Amino acid sequence: MRLALREMRRQPGRFATAVALLTLIAMLLMLLGGLLDGLIQRSTGAIRAQPADLVVFSAASEHSFLRSRISPEIRARVAAVPGVTRVGGIGVSQLAARVPGNGPRDLVDVALFGYEEAPSGLPSPPAAGRAYADRVFEDQGVKKGDTLSLGPARTPVRVIGFVEDVSYSGAGTLWASPQTWRDVQDANRPGSSVGAGVFQALVVRTSGDASAVARRIDRATGGATVTVSRADAADAIGGVRQQRSVFNQIIGVTLVIAIVVVALFFALLTVERIGLYGMLKAIGARSRTLFGGVVVQAVVVALMAATIGSGFALLLDRTLPPGTIPYQLLPNRLIVSSIALVLAAVVGSAFSLRRVLRVDPASAIGRSS
Amino acid sequence: MTKDGAPALRMDSVRKVYPTGDEEVVALDHATLTIDHEEIVALVGPSGSGKTTLCSIAGGILSPTAGTVVVAGADITGYSARRLTDFRREHVGFVFQTVNLVPFLTARENLLVVDEIGRRTGAPARKRADQLLEELGLAGRGRHLPATLSGGQRQRVAIGRALMNDPDLVLFDEPTSALDTQLGEQVMELIRDEMNSRGIAAVVVTHDERMTHYADRTVHITDGVLEGSPPR
Ligand SMILES: Nc1ncnc2c1ncn2[C@@H]1O[C@H](COP(=O)(O)OP(=O)(O)OP(=O)(O)O)[C@@H](O)[C@H]1O
Ligand SMILES: [Mg+2]
Repeated sequence: MRLALREMRRQPGRFATAVALLTLIAMLLMLLGGLLDGLIQRSTGAIRAQPADLVVFSAASEHSFLRSRISPEIRARVAAVPGVTRVGGIGVSQLAARVPGNGPRDLVDVALFGYEEAPSGLPSPPAAGRAYADRVFEDQGVKKGDTLSLGPARTPVRVIGFVEDVSYSGAGTLWASPQTWRDVQDANRPGSSVGAGVFQALVVRTSGDASAVARRIDRATGGATVTVSRADAADAIGGVRQQRSVFNQIIGVTLVIAIVVVALFFALLTVERIGLYGMLKAIGARSRTLFGGVVVQAVVVALMAATIGSGFALLLDRTLPPGTIPYQLLPNRLIVSSIALVLAAVVGSAFSLRRVLRVDPASAIGRSS
Repeated sequence: MTKDGAPALRMDSVRKVYPTGDEEVVALDHATLTIDHEEIVALVGPSGSGKTTLCSIAGGILSPTAGTVVVAGADITGYSARRLTDFRREHVGFVFQTVNLVPFLTARENLLVVDEIGRRTGAPARKRADQLLEELGLAGRGRHLPATLSGGQRQRVAIGRALMNDPDLVLFDEPTSALDTQLGEQVMELIRDEMNSRGIAAVVVTHDERMTHYADRTVHITDGVLEGSPPR
């Protein structure tokens, strides 16, 4: 191991190519990961902010707010289930909005939520015609006190404050009282207006085992509801699963490329070292020791690449203007990407094992040319 | 040094056959050779006569096809590859015909490789390396890379490395073939003095009859068959 590390220090040039290639791969991994995290974050903020362990949809809604309806009778049955501590109704209308000061065709996508139980970062619902706005609207020119006109009916809603990380399905959100939401829905979506007391879904706090409570809720409503965890509700938002699976596939392919790069690089290096390995085996070095050196070198190369890649990710996070690319830097992502890269390096270097084992110590002695 | 005063090397009816394609090459046949501890034997023979093969078998790099090999009282004939590796590391010294030094390590580090590939001892090994470099006239060259050393100096580093593990037997495969006559004689003299002062047995392979007077005894080999000359 000392031998392997010393070689890297004495002949850094030999490893420069591998470090450069793996650094590019690390950057790609962290960029992809950051984009995925950013996209997911911009899709799921509104659900993640809910003060809930469970979300209750109506049966056959396929976890879609749009299709789901919860009547006051169902709600009462849910509230009566043992283990349910708090229940709040929630509904959402997805519309285009006009921002004062912006051009008439310069519309922004808006999801207006009506809520009872305050999501994290929000107080209890504001008065009619008012709403708290997603911070992302600030980047689109919305200021506190502005009145947005929602939908074809141009329903006015006044912004009275901002809140972080509550985007929904890629759009910024407005947070209003249930009545404001019903008014907006009635005015702009007359076909799917909702009656008094009706919500699209319920957010439920529980005590004890949440999944057991979820099963009890669905039994208590006679199968009229489908109750899922908050995380599952977030995953069910349109596009989230697809984005995750597409990105994870690309990340997987990138890791395979990392394995191939490391495998090829160290295979070449091992071929170059056959004479040296033969000599070292002849004087008593075990194959295990020599192969260990290869793995150590691959891990060091991967760690260097991961470090530079992480630096790049941090730089990107600092320099990208907010509201442009949905790039989100999560410490976990950096750690997981680095570990994945190191594992890829270990797997890649393992392809040299057979070659190291096959080196014959007898090749070191004799053969005068 | 050797167990119960056993000879440093005892080879008995050793035969080595290399399977090459459809033919077999008999590189060594009925080789019987005993080397006392503290004895230096010159092994002389033409190219392809089996000198390297004999050294490889004596040092546990190759296993014989038939016969027995006992090094310093240890019968290594039936050792597994793994056990042979450990045995070489602990009991045998080698100076090879070609690749000898690790190119990216300094002279001193090349000696310390022996410590690093085994159970590391650290400070004692460093002390021993410095002492060997001093004895071999390389005291000022410890921090030089092989590429910046002369051929004779490189060969002296290789000799130092072969002595690092305090071996029972050192095998020199044409240690002077890359050197001119004068340098070759110097290196031979150094080998003789180092072996004698430590009481280590050695086999020195050479093409050159002029080098044999540094040895206690000369053994000739032709087509894999040994033919000894009596001790001087
Ligand atoms: N790995 C091998 N496979 C097949 N034949 C071999 C192998 N190694 C050596 N031989 C053959 O065995 C015979 C003895 O070879 P060896 O290398 O021991 O000779 P040598 O005396 O050391 O020669 P030189 O003076 O050229 O180094 C030669 O005929 C050689 O061709
Ligand atoms: Mg030879």
